[in-house]
Amino acid sequence: MRATSPQPQLGASGKPERGEAMKYEAVIGLEVHVQLLTESKIFCGCSTSFGAAPNTHVCPVCLGLPGALPVLNRQAVEFAIRMGLAVGGRINPRAVFARKNYFYPDLPKGYQISQYEEPLVVGGRVEIEVDGRLRAIRLARIHLEEDAGRSVHAEEYVGANETLVDANRCGVPLIEVVSEPELATPREAALYLARLRQLVQYLGISSGNMEEGSLRCDANVSVRPAGSKKLGVKTELKNMNSIRSVERALEFEIRRQVAILQQGGRVEQETLLWDEKRGVAEPMRTKEMAHDYRYFPEPDLVPLVVDPAWIEEIRASLPELPLAKKRRFVQQYGLPEYDAELLTETRQLADYFETAAAFTPHTKKLSNWILGEVLRTLNERKISLERFPVPPQYLAELVNLVEDGEISASAGKKVFDEMVESGKRPEAIVREKGLAQISDLSQLEEVVERVLRAYPGEVERYRQGKDKLFTFFVGQVMRETSGKANPRIVNQLLKERLGVRRG
Amino acid sequence: MPISIEEVDRIAQLAKLSFTEEEKWELAEQLAKIVEYVEKINELDLEHVPPTTHVIELTNVMREDEVRPGLSQEEALMNAPAKKLGFFSVPKVIG
Repeated sequence: MRATSPQPQLGASGKPERGEAMKYEAVIGLEVHVQLLTESKIFCGCSTSFGAAPNTHVCPVCLGLPGALPVLNRQAVEFAIRMGLAVGGRINPRAVFARKNYFYPDLPKGYQISQYEEPLVVGGRVEIEVDGRLRAIRLARIHLEEDAGRSVHAEEYVGANETLVDANRCGVPLIEVVSEPELATPREAALYLARLRQLVQYLGISSGNMEEGSLRCDANVSVRPAGSKKLGVKTELKNMNSIRSVERALEFEIRRQVAILQQGGRVEQETLLWDEKRGVAEPMRTKEMAHDYRYFPEPDLVPLVVDPAWIEEIRASLPELPLAKKRRFVQQYGLPEYDAELLTETRQLADYFETAAAFTPHTKKLSNWILGEVLRTLNERKISLERFPVPPQYLAELVNLVEDGEISASAGKKVFDEMVESGKRPEAIVREKGLAQISDLSQLEEVVERVLRAYPGEVERYRQGKDKLFTFFVGQVMRETSGKANPRIVNQLLKERLGVRRG
Repeated sequence: MPISIEEVDRIAQLAKLSFTEEEKWELAEQLAKIVEYVEKINELDLEHVPPTTHVIELTNVMREDEVRPGLSQEEALMNAPAKKLGFFSVPKVIG
C-alpha cells in the first residue's frame, strides 16, 4: 500500500517537528541539466534556437540516420570547462564520450551520447547561504551530453493512441551537474538551484530559464532516522519546472516517505512525476523502462584531451562570480549585505549599478533607487533591464540632484517617472517642468518674512510653546513657493526667525 | 559459460525483440559460444593494459560552433511510417 495522504508535520527546516515517535532527516541530491547557449548542436550544425516549427532543425546526424557521424562542437566543450572552473572542479585531462542505450521515441539513435566513466569535470562545489551561514555543496561531476527530442502527449491535436515527436531538440548540448547527496532540506535544494542558475547566467553559458526547459532538475531523495549513517531507499522526482516546484515536490515526497516508514512500510525505489497543479508526486506510468543502460565508449567520437593552455585561457576569461561580486560591493561601495545580495542577483543588474555608481558618490542612495523604483518599474511594465529606458548615468545624475538639494525627494520621483517615459536627461526634465528647488537664501528669507507677517497670532502662540505650529509655517512657505522651497533651508530660516524652542 | 533462458529474455527485452521458446534455446546456445570465444582474452594478463576504444590514436576532433543547413521537414519525415502536423507520430508512450 502506498501512503497517499501524508500524516506527519514537518517544520520549516523540512525536519519532523517535536513530538514524533521517531525523527527523520532527508538526504537530497540534485541532477541538473543545463542547456548550453551554443548556436549549433553538440554533434552537428543544426540550429539550437527555441520555438521553430517541428522537425525543421534536423539533419542525418541528429536524426540518427545510418552512416551519419557526429563531430564535437568546440564551444560546447568550452562552456562546460567554464562551468567546471567556476565551481572549482578538476578538468579531466582526458574525457571520453559514452553511449547510454535505451529505447524511447524521442531518442532516434536508440542511445544518448553522454559521458560515463571519464566525465569532463570531476568535483567542485557550489556555495549556498543557509540562515546567514555559508555552506559548500560538493559536486560529484559535470559532464557533457546531448539532449533528446520533445514528445508531445497532452495537446488537443494529439490523437488518443499516439505521441508526437519533434526532433529539433535532439542533439542540443547539455551539461549535467550532479551534486553529492548532501542537501538536507527542500529549502537548501532551492537555494542550491537558485545559485546554480545564477552561476550559469553569470557565465553566459545558459539562459537558465526553467520554464522554457533550459534548466531542468531531477531530485533524488531518501529519508532516514535522524543521526543514522545508513542511507534510506531513494526515489527520483522529475517534472518540476520552477525552483518553487522543486521545493514543493521535495516537501511532499519527504512527508510521503516518512509516513510510509512510520507505518512500518518500506519505500520503493521508483521514479515519481511531480504534478504541479495537484501538488502530488506519482509513479511514472511509462511502458517499460529498463534501467540497464549498457554504457560503452562511443566509437564514433575520439577522446577529448584538453590542452592545459586552453584551460588557462578560459580561466582568464571568467567573469567575476556572484559571491565575489557581492563581497566587493559591500567593501567598495559601503553597501549593506542585503543590498549587495540583491544587486548581484543578476550580472545585468550588478553592471547597471556599477555603471551608475561611477557617476555619483551617493552609492547607498543609488542602491535604494535601483532596488526600489527601478525594480518596481521593471515589474510593473514586465520588461527586462536591457529594455529599461533610463541609462545608468542618468539615474546617477538624478540621485545627485536629489542629494545635492537641487530638487526635492518628491520632485525626484516625478523626474524618474518622466525619465522612464521619455528617456530624457534629468536636468532637462527639471528645467522643462520647473521642478528646481528654491535654495536661494535671500529669496527664501523674503518668503519666510512674508509668511510670519501674515500670521502674527500663530507666531505669538508658537512662541508661547505651541511647537506643533512649526509645520504650519513650513506648509505656508511651501504653498507660497508651489512646493519648490528647499525644506532644509526653510527649516533653518524659520528656526532662526522664530527662535529655537526647547522642550 | 552457459546462458540461461532468463538471460535471453532480459537481453531480448532490452533489444525490444521477441522470440519463440525454440528460438530462445537456440540463442542461448549461440550466445554461450560467443561469450566463450570472447573469454579467451582472459588468458592474457591485461591488468596494466588500458582498454582499446579506438584503433587510431586520434584526439580532439572538433568543429566550430556554426549553423549549417540540414534537412527540410518534408525530407526529415519522408521515411516516417506515420506523421502528423510536421511531427513523427508514434504509438502512445505515457498511459
